[in-house]
Amino acid sequence: MLQKLYDWIDDRIDITPLWRDIADHEVPEHVNPAHHFSAFVYCFGGLTFFVTVIQILSGMFLTMYYVPDIENAWKSVYYLQTEVAHGQIVRGMHHWGASVVIVMIFLHTLRVFFQGAYKKPRELNWMVGVLLFFVMLGLGFTGYLLPWDNKAYFATQVGLEIAEQVPFIGEQIKILLAGDAHIVGAQTLTRFFAIHVFFLPAALFGLMAVHFLLIRKQGISGPL
Amino acid sequence: MHKGKGMKFVGDSRISAEKKANMPKDYSEYPGRTEAFWPNFLLKEWLVGAVFLIGFLCVTIAHPSPLEGMADPTNASYIPLPDWYFLFLYELLKYKFASGPYILFGILVIPGLAFGALFLAPFLDKGPGRRPHQRPVAVGMMLLAVASVMWLTYESAEHVDWEARAEANKPVASVEVDKEDPGYKVFESNCMSCHGDSLQGGAAAPSLIGIDRSAEEIMKIAQEGTGSMPPGVFKGTDEELKQLAEFIVSVNEQAK
Ligand code: HEM
Repeated sequence: MLQKLYDWIDDRIDITPLWRDIADHEVPEHVNPAHHFSAFVYCFGGLTFFVTVIQILSGMFLTMYYVPDIENAWKSVYYLQTEVAHGQIVRGMHHWGASVVIVMIFLHTLRVFFQGAYKKPRELNWMVGVLLFFVMLGLGFTGYLLPWDNKAYFATQVGLEIAEQVPFIGEQIKILLAGDAHIVGAQTLTRFFAIHVFFLPAALFGLMAVHFLLIRKQGISGPL
Repeated sequence: MHKGKGMKFVGDSRISAEKKANMPKDYSEYPGRTEAFWPNFLLKEWLVGAVFLIGFLCVTIAHPSPLEGMADPTNASYIPLPDWYFLFLYELLKYKFASGPYILFGILVIPGLAFGALFLAPFLDKGPGRRPHQRPVAVGMMLLAVASVMWLTYESAEHVDWEARAEANKPVASVEVDKEDPGYKVFESNCMSCHGDSLQGGAAAPSLIGIDRSAEEIMKIAQEGTGSMPPGVFKGTDEELKQLAEFIVSVNEQAK
């Protein structure tokens, strides 16, 4: 039955090469922890991706309750945390996932660095990786404000004050992020929300696509 | 695959009508014990992923994510603190050479050089050797950077009493106090002057919302006092005392 359905679709749009392109690649011995336990260091990139998927899914569920305005943001998070069935777990996954993903991306970077895997011909993918790292930090910074509790508010205020001290463009950066030169308020929250759920994830997806494409094109670096 | 004359398509589409065998690639002649990702390796990988996910969920359930009280921009005494992975940058700004007149060192020059070097690492460390001992400068700088980040994070986090912070900034549950309740009338005449008109507390006495006491204990405290609350503040009948205690308990039920 399933086979028939598959053949029916494949007959019309020839899907086999599409998924085989993604699924078919080799796993060399030196990166396979089943053969060499120390190869677990190669897992950190995959784990970063795994936690990123957790972040995307839990984040999507969070937005079903979260309200990005200063009157209701905190209340909606409090409600989710105390009243909604399993809301505690959904928020917990997103909250702890944000920390775990930083740890994983850090370990992944160290693996690539100490193995010298960024050397020719993988320079471009290293730079894409560093950009991914900045995007992750940006997601952390903007996400921290969203619950609109005291630690969120005052940390963001400090962050924006630091940005303001950048010569020449500091003021502009602050206005771009906060929506106002002086007030951290309603505008700031909606802007951080937009950056956190639309702008940065879009950048993240684009960069991840390039990252994976390059890995598949070049293959993983050989054993040391 | 058929090429040239005689190619067959599905209908008027560009899809070839000839079936290709759906066969995995053959890696048996690759060096070493190379394995196919699909399905061999994926079968083991998802097991590891499942174990990781279970561990992650256990942590999530064991430690509910923190939420402090709603943001109050007028709160002048709050000591700001960024999330832990920004602490090292924050701590850097406490050093003399990175603050005050040298603030640009702290916010631009030092982080800029460090992250700029990270970004351009492949072009700074150009030799062909990949092993760490073949590139001592790059590896040394990285070790130094990692050690500094860890040290700064530790220095910053060590001075914070995390538990006291969490306790002091706990969210207060918003409750509706029913001012028509007979117990509220008793509260009004006996307790309000110190504990506030909505049980929120005041300069002389703490809030009565979020306390964990039974009606009996509350009746006892109303008559005998506790801590700096003197005995005998309650003046009224036993009936009123009971109404008062039940009222306070009901407000706390709401706050749970
Ligand atoms: C969202 C963040 C990221 C994800 C999901 C990710 C994922 C991956 C994955 C799955 C691999 C395959 C090998 C492995 O798992 O170790 C890989 C390789 C690589 N990554 Fe990342 N990565 C991320 C961020 C970074 C960062 C921050 C850097 C460096 C600063 C980086 C640099 C590289 C390089 C150079 C390779 C090729 C390594 C080799 O061929 O040995 N990536 N990445």
